[in-house]
Amino acid sequence: MVITRRNPVISALYLILNFFCLAGLYLTLHAQFIAVIQVLVYAGAIMVLFLFVIMLLNLGDEQRLKEKISFTKIIAAGLGFGLLMELIYIVGFIDVPMPAGDFSKGVEIGTVEHIGKQLFTTYLFPFEITSVLLLAAMVGAVVLAKRRMD
Amino acid sequence: MTIQTYLLLSAIVFILGVIGVLTRRNAIIVFMSIELMLNSVNLSLVAFSAYLGDARGQMLVFFVMTVAAAEAAVGLAVIIALFRNKQTVNLDEINILKW
Repeated sequence: MVITRRNPVISALYLILNFFCLAGLYLTLHAQFIAVIQVLVYAGAIMVLFLFVIMLLNLGDEQRLKEKISFTKIIAAGLGFGLLMELIYIVGFIDVPMPAGDFSKGVEIGTVEHIGKQLFTTYLFPFEITSVLLLAAMVGAVVLAKRRMD
Repeated sequence: MTIQTYLLLSAIVFILGVIGVLTRRNAIIVFMSIELMLNSVNLSLVAFSAYLGDARGQMLVFFVMTVAAAEAAVGLAVIIALFRNKQTVNLDEINILKW
């Protein structure tokens, strides 16, 4: 649905629905922290950003964009379908040697306490790097989006 | 629910994102498709992490999410700048890099 609607607002709303479904799946996998972050960051922050930009650009409906069925589009859809078949074949029909495991072990690793402990001990350096990355992205976004000074 | 189920769902969502990137010409929808692909990879990472009882997968998902947020902010700023210059978000008409 995200990729078939003509109106970008509708497809953004379907994307939000998809994010909530993914958050539910994370909960079934005992990853509470990731589920909460998914709802807060994706469905909250990022989608507000998307809808804000759609509003700012005033792209109510997409009539003047003239999405037409072209030759390249058919090739693209065929390629995507072929890739999907390959992936299904790999996942479903080939016996990949995988270390044994079950979902019962994951009960306590997804809690906020465990994730936080790992984040501030083992992964402290990547965490700090991430903050620098976010700062750079913020400055970059402001510089790109501001009007010219002249 | 076995891990294959999660991996299949992840593959399907990823391919939907790929098809969206390849076929749509609206820059914003292409962007949303990229988010879709990032999310599907996150799903398979969390599935493996729960399956193996290992927290590293969820750490990686956390960092992927921050990178996705940064990427969304910068990308949308680029789209706004492009729209201001060309008055369009149609990717076929944005061809100033073409020789």
